Amino acid sequence: MRATIVSIILIPICLLWIYPLLWMVSASLKTNAEIFGGLSLLPAEPQWQNYTRAWEQARIGQYFLNTVVITVSSVILVVVVTSMIGFVLGRYAFPGKRAIIALFVATVFLPTGYTIIPLFEMVNRLGLADTLWGVILAQSGGAHVLYILLFAGYFSQLPRELEEAAIMDGAGFVRVFAQVMLPLATPIMATVVILQFINSWNDFLLPLVLTLSRPDLRTLAVGMYAFRGEYYVDWSGMAAAASISLLPVILVFLFMQRYFVEGIAGAVKQ
Amino acid sequence: MAVRQATELQNAAAERRLSSSKSLWQRMWAARWCYLFMLPALILSALFTFYPIVMSWYYSLFQWSGFTADKTFIGLSNYLEVISDKYFWDAFVRSFLFMLVSMPIKLTLALLIAIVLNDQAMRVMSPAFRTMFFLPVVTTAAIIGIMMTFVLSPFNGPINKTLMTLGMISGPIDFLGNPRLALWTVVGVEIWKWLGQPMIYWLAALQVIPQSLYEAAKVDGANWWRQLLHITLPLLIPFAIVIVLITAVSTLRVFPLVQTMTGGGPFFATEVMEVYIYRTAFGSDMGGIGVPRLGYASAAGVVFGVSIMALALLQAWGVRNMRDVRSAMETSGE
Repeated sequence: MRATIVSIILIPICLLWIYPLLWMVSASLKTNAEIFGGLSLLPAEPQWQNYTRAWEQARIGQYFLNTVVITVSSVILVVVVTSMIGFVLGRYAFPGKRAIIALFVATVFLPTGYTIIPLFEMVNRLGLADTLWGVILAQSGGAHVLYILLFAGYFSQLPRELEEAAIMDGAGFVRVFAQVMLPLATPIMATVVILQFINSWNDFLLPLVLTLSRPDLRTLAVGMYAFRGEYYVDWSGMAAAASISLLPVILVFLFMQRYFVEGIAGAVKQ
Repeated sequence: MAVRQATELQNAAAERRLSSSKSLWQRMWAARWCYLFMLPALILSALFTFYPIVMSWYYSLFQWSGFTADKTFIGLSNYLEVISDKYFWDAFVRSFLFMLVSMPIKLTLALLIAIVLNDQAMRVMSPAFRTMFFLPVVTTAAIIGIMMTFVLSPFNGPINKTLMTLGMISGPIDFLGNPRLALWTVVGVEIWKWLGQPMIYWLAALQVIPQSLYEAAKVDGANWWRQLLHITLPLLIPFAIVIVLITAVSTLRVFPLVQTMTGGGPFFATEVMEVYIYRTAFGSDMGGIGVPRLGYASAAGVVFGVSIMALALLQAWGVRNMRDVRSAMETSGE
């Protein structure tokens, strides 16, 4: 009974909540005159050519590919790198450990943005300005304190017997990590994958600045931003470009929802 | 060989306590695998986090556009100019205002939704509602910002049109063009975009509370409010500290939304610190006019960074003090 009442209240709220997204998809299938005309979300006749126009003029295909490459690579790199450092920080004591933890923790509250020029300079100096690697490495090189602490915290709780048994079987340091410890840390890996995925996919300033001179390396976010400057009045084209950019992630989310929710929850639960 | 190395390492902590007679080098050699494992993370963050931070301190002492070779050392002049710049302080205050308004609303709303969705009676419908509230989180902030300029547009934007059709307003509201409204509009969009994340955090925390506590409370005749006040909220406090911290960090990073929705305008009404730094560092937007002043922007970033750091330390100190006081009270009460 209570559930029914609450649901009846929540349904309109939720529909309002996703209304901007529904409007975007609806506008992407209308003519510009229709968007300015009525409020109905259903187009009189779906205008699929909005999508071809966005695909060709806004080069969404290229940007999409760039974004996927950047996101996937940075997620993989970040998981590998933070799990390794988290492992040793969580399980071993060695000279300099406290200093390293302090160094990373100190970066949490630093504002992003003003360090972008030296970063830009560094990418150039490494000869990465003409590749997607500049953005990938710069994203992976943020001091990911939360992830490191999550891994360290998790690894520190695992029983020592596991490690000892593996060592008795002749496993070295690397194998203890890769074959015994890391497989046990899948919950944390899921968390880091999801959070870094959201971070990387949402990133704007870094790809914006790093691709200023290379439009073909733009990500979706940067591409859309540039596209708006040129086609400001073409709402349907913009909506189509935005829909192409957003719908795949939304679909991935809908199908893999459980992982998203459990992954994000992992940041708090551990 | 490998066996010995690994056992050595494993006992590193114990050894450290037992034999402080061992030299530093010996202990470091024993832990060589540890250093090796930290290397990738350290190299990456050295290149792309620590180096840029240190360089920005250095650049803040120069008059420099950032794109030419000619740099003039001017000492602390940039800092003097920063602290006497009205726009800097406006942006500074705005950033904190943004956080102080957005955070409580976001966290409270998220908690409220989480409590409703966590209700046992809602088991069937909850996942669907959760999905919808979470959906904006997986979208790209910059693209949402652009779409929102359409949705909120005073010229045939759907929100204004709906409100006018319903007769709730007589003329369109210029959500992003009115200097008095623009900042709050952006705050609203930011809350909408990110609310799902703290909601999931709260849901995770709520699920840790054992259902048996509620059942026991029901037997004792406690109503919904009393359950909330005496079971749910107290048990959430340890989680709340972590959740507030994670949310605070992400709320400071609003550049994509603000830059795409208003670019800091109108008349600087939405210029938060990140946008101010971007504007002064690059002069203006892609290919726009304005003088890029990297040295100056660096100084502004340093001042802001130090302020946030001080605030964070103060907060940590406060939390620790509160805990001490509380535990002292608890022990004296017994």
